[in-house]
Amino acid sequence: MIQPAQNGQSLSERARTIRESVITMLLQAGSGHSAGSLGMTDVFAALYFEILKHDPNNPSWEERDFVLLSNGHICPVWYASLAEAGYFDKTELATLRRLGSRLQGHPHLGSLPGVENTSGPLAQGLSQAAGLALGLKMDNKPNRVFCLMSDGEQQEGQVWEAYLFAAAKQLDNLIVMIDRNYIQIDGYTEFVMPLDSLKDKLEAFEWHVIEIDGNNFDEIIGAVAAADAITTQPTAIICNTTPGAGVGFMEGKYQWHGKPPSKEEAKQAIDELRSLDNKIWWEEK
Amino acid sequence: MSVPLADYTRNPQYGTTRDGFGKGLVEAAEKHPNLIGLCADLTESTRMEWFADKYPERFVEMGVAEENMVGVAAGLALGGKKAVAASYAVFSPGNSLGPLRSSVCYSNLDVKIIGGHSGMSAGPDGATHQALEDLAVMRTLPNMTVVVPCDQEEARKAMLALADQVGPGYLRTGKHSVLTITTPETPFLIGRAETFQEGKDIAIIAVGVMVAPALDAAAMLEQKGISAKVINMHTIKPLDLTAIADAAQTGAIVTAEEHQVAGGLGSAVAEAVVRLPRPIPIGMVGVNDSFGESGETNDLMRKHGLNAINILDKALEVLQRK
Repeated sequence: MIQPAQNGQSLSERARTIRESVITMLLQAGSGHSAGSLGMTDVFAALYFEILKHDPNNPSWEERDFVLLSNGHICPVWYASLAEAGYFDKTELATLRRLGSRLQGHPHLGSLPGVENTSGPLAQGLSQAAGLALGLKMDNKPNRVFCLMSDGEQQEGQVWEAYLFAAAKQLDNLIVMIDRNYIQIDGYTEFVMPLDSLKDKLEAFEWHVIEIDGNNFDEIIGAVAAADAITTQPTAIICNTTPGAGVGFMEGKYQWHGKPPSKEEAKQAIDELRSLDNKIWWEEK
Repeated sequence: MSVPLADYTRNPQYGTTRDGFGKGLVEAAEKHPNLIGLCADLTESTRMEWFADKYPERFVEMGVAEENMVGVAAGLALGGKKAVAASYAVFSPGNSLGPLRSSVCYSNLDVKIIGGHSGMSAGPDGATHQALEDLAVMRTLPNMTVVVPCDQEEARKAMLALADQVGPGYLRTGKHSVLTITTPETPFLIGRAETFQEGKDIAIIAVGVMVAPALDAAAMLEQKGISAKVINMHTIKPLDLTAIADAAQTGAIVTAEEHQVAGGLGSAVAEAVVRLPRPIPIGMVGVNDSFGESGETNDLMRKHGLNAINILDKALEVLQRK
């Protein structure tokens, strides 16, 4: 199990390295999703280097917490985080989306250590997470299940079937972290299909809801701790994130939802990330 | 060699494949402590109820939500459970194909889908409830095993056999009472077709509730001096290619299914036969690109050409092309 305090690197350093990996992977792949991957990097860094009970050397450790990614298209940040945590060698990140690679364009269960579910078609991760959480509760096991989702994904009907179900079964071992970045492929979410107030909707579905700045480590860690204290209800943490976070020219622009940087853009992005000199990127804004 | 069958001509017994599933599931649950049953608000009519009554702590009521049911089943399987998810076939796989394809099959998870009220067995409920497309869909899914039992006893054995496997499976069941042809002694092995009657002039390859009419049709052919082999192709995927090659030795094949002829058993057999060194003529009995409608099942079967007489006619037609 990783002990964050012992490995000498702060979460912000981890996050910066993961962002660099994401930029490099997307450049080399020539396709993929930039904005959501960068926007959720701080959540992934907080999970894998602070919050989770896990062992990169033993991915099937029975006592581990599970992470399921429901919006599979941001898998570059999942893969980069897993490699950063030591699940596999970082050199393999360069194979993203290539023929024969273990790093499929969308996550595939069994292809890569640490990938706990198949996803890509939106909404499917939440149902799987709910089923996994239910099975753990049936066996009186303490493992937690984290499910990461996007906000555009909330437009899928299956998501609301799963919300009803998880509340009915009182899955308090399930924590959903929703990337509320207000963008999707066709534009801003509130223009495509208004979702606000997501908090009110989820509370009406009998979920415990916490709303945070999803690019703030303290708030991420604090929210999960608060969720752990909740019983008889699943928790949704609405993570308000900046899409493209850390790369100025991408931030807040829906056009970066589903495309990779060019070589020049990647260089600019990495220069920008490095110019922060290991400081937390949002403090520089 | 043909296999031992029930004495159905002298002592006919009837039952439904859904009842066979219900019995088989209870037996499978005894054998597999990790088996979890899920149902989307059709617990009594799918016969999931028998399991739910005996193992309430292992039963999960999903409400009317088939997509989520299949996703939750996948999640249970991720944690080491053997998930059996039941509904009507028009709803699952009808509504649940997305999660079934990506969450279950692509991940190769231990999830069994029970498609109830299949074919014309939903009768008066009408075309919305009559699944005639499910086999075409299910047999294209990688990792999926597709089983269609011919009677109650075979449905029981099929559920047990599917539960013994680890991985995705589909069991097609029906509401309508059908002749019980098999006995507990009749062999059943997933992926191995059984010859229910030997014959040399033509082979009738049937599936599900069409196996009994196929045997009737063979008897009628015999009166005309034609010797028909009858094969119960209970497993649509993986298909028993050896049995099909053997059937082709007769020089003519008729397939029979309570399903669209497009994409089902007939298509599967044709795909196998055209790969043989010497392809032979095939006739297909099934529903021809149409929906069902409200009516008693027997009337629907007659109207849509799913009786022994239709198999007989098709056999005579194919023999002309031999």
